[in-house]
Amino acid sequence: MYHYNDFDTDFLAARNSQFRAQVERRIDGSLTEDEFKPLRLMNGLYLQLHAYMLRVAIPYGTLNGAQMRQLALLADKWDKGYGHFTTRQNIQYNWPKLRDVPDMLDALADVGLHAIQTSGNTIRNVTADHFAGAAADEVADPRPYAELLRQWSTDHPEFQFLGRKFKIAVTGADADRAVIRAHDIGLQVNDQDGTRGFRVLIGGGLGRTPMIGKVVRDFLPEADLLPYCEAIVSVYNLLGRRDNKYKARIKITVHEHGIDRITELVEAEFTARKPLFSGVDQQMLTKIKAMFATPDFSAAPQAPNAPILEPGFRSWLDTNIAEHRDPNHAIVSISLKANGDTPGDATSKQMRVMADLAERFGYNELRISHEQNVILPHVPRAHLSILYNTLKAHGLATANIGLISDIIACPGMDYCALATARSIPIAQEIATRFDALKLEHEIGALKLKISGCINACGHHHVGHIGILGLDRAGVENYQITLGGDHTQTASIGERAGPGFSAEALIPALERLIYAYLDLRAGKAETFLNAYRRLGAAPFKAALYPAEDKANAA
Amino acid sequence: MSRVFTPQILTANALLDGDVIYMTGAGDWSRRLEDAALLEDEADAQLRLIEATQQSQTLVGAYLVDAKPGPNGPTPTHFREGFRRTGPSNYAHGKQVDLNAGA
Repeated sequence: MYHYNDFDTDFLAARNSQFRAQVERRIDGSLTEDEFKPLRLMNGLYLQLHAYMLRVAIPYGTLNGAQMRQLALLADKWDKGYGHFTTRQNIQYNWPKLRDVPDMLDALADVGLHAIQTSGNTIRNVTADHFAGAAADEVADPRPYAELLRQWSTDHPEFQFLGRKFKIAVTGADADRAVIRAHDIGLQVNDQDGTRGFRVLIGGGLGRTPMIGKVVRDFLPEADLLPYCEAIVSVYNLLGRRDNKYKARIKITVHEHGIDRITELVEAEFTARKPLFSGVDQQMLTKIKAMFATPDFSAAPQAPNAPILEPGFRSWLDTNIAEHRDPNHAIVSISLKANGDTPGDATSKQMRVMADLAERFGYNELRISHEQNVILPHVPRAHLSILYNTLKAHGLATANIGLISDIIACPGMDYCALATARSIPIAQEIATRFDALKLEHEIGALKLKISGCINACGHHHVGHIGILGLDRAGVENYQITLGGDHTQTASIGERAGPGFSAEALIPALERLIYAYLDLRAGKAETFLNAYRRLGAAPFKAALYPAEDKANAA
Repeated sequence: MSRVFTPQILTANALLDGDVIYMTGAGDWSRRLEDAALLEDEADAQLRLIEATQQSQTLVGAYLVDAKPGPNGPTPTHFREGFRRTGPSNYAHGKQVDLNAGA
């Protein structure tokens, strides 16, 4: 993984000392809140419902054991002993005190982490496939490119005051685990004729106006990555609307001007900018790539060829293990979705356990997924049993990856100042209910995603089942969308009908799921495929049976 | 038709820890909703809001919210303010424990 050089270390120290002085001036009254707010947001500090919230970037979701342990230290020393992992592969602390934040940032800098550009109208934390460097289906590790983009976008003088936030995701495989089609820029390694390059999509996004990204370049040579991205952001920066916050994202710019016109502008800007890149970026990329070299897997012990008898372990292997590029290794997903707990939360103790396991059995690598789980990307299969037992002892062995209780949920109105309804209790109730029904494994692959407001941090538009919490006349109300998909076959879910009260929501979901189980063409047909084959009608009929229509408002 | 004025309370977040605070009848700030002054006169409420926005050194983001009188002081009418007065529903954190611990 990437290691900071002297430049990075000095830059971060300078930036942190700048922010420390800004906090002091806010507290002594030299800065008003209007003056301070953009400064704190640039450094990831929000003011939420009950307290400040510090959002720490985990670039492309990659951590080592020492970094994870430091995240645990922050949770213990300056927060309430836990952290919340987010859909941008970040971690959020919900209870920091303003005076402590500069110390928290210094502690993060000690392990090469920061909170820069995790908020504000800037290029945000660059995300990547959480199986990067490990997946069997990968063409190339996307993280060196994500790191290059991180360095380029951090404090980029032209892009500190964009019309709105700007999000980039990179994947190195055809299977899209990074939701690149719902990003301002989505990049997919897409070699042609043996030459390394990218397919470039722009204008995807969720929120108030969900859009699937459009291809602006089917093949971009590797060397042109930065000038081309710079051209895209530059065109957006000048052309994007600043008169209306809700029309300020690049997806609206692309929608209003058309992808053909935007492509022309981007290509022209790219031609103008390309000569300004002297090749230093490519030298840096070469160095970065060396830091992401694949670990030597050859020394790993061979897995015993014995039958697995323990049913809990077998079930966990079935759901939480993905195929590794090396057959003697496995990718382990650690579920942060224990039934009834808050999706994406980990206690400091759990963080330390995961750090230990990464160091002992996982080449010192951890990943945070946009689905709010933790990944150990390289685990020798011989160690899976002891790994499972250790995870189990710390409430981390829930066997539900990709199932109905592996829910994405934003913090919602339990924490977020923007939320219109709560998300977390809904996720807790759904997980608890379907666990009680013992239906989860029967239902199979299902992506359920919950957002507590229209901004869609919980990705509800691309959930097979999406839930959007709204405020309807002073009461929490939940709208269901169906048929969304975040992968390479991306689609935006369709609203099923009127929303449900919190009490009516769980029974409605139960009807929906039972209808799916009746309708599917066999166990192999997932909810999404059944929905695509049959259309919305039978699912809507289950959600809104005739006699209940009067009650659904 | 002009809107009928609903009684309001004045709330904000404290600068140093972000905790929810309420303006009392005496014009200072309390962490407890039951100490909040129920402002029944619109002009008075607006004036106090303006005064609060000038107290940037101690608080952030003052605003007025609708409330009604209750047996233990003002009660907000919207559920969002209900969460602000207690804390999150997933953990026993925030006011629901802090106020009791401090009492």
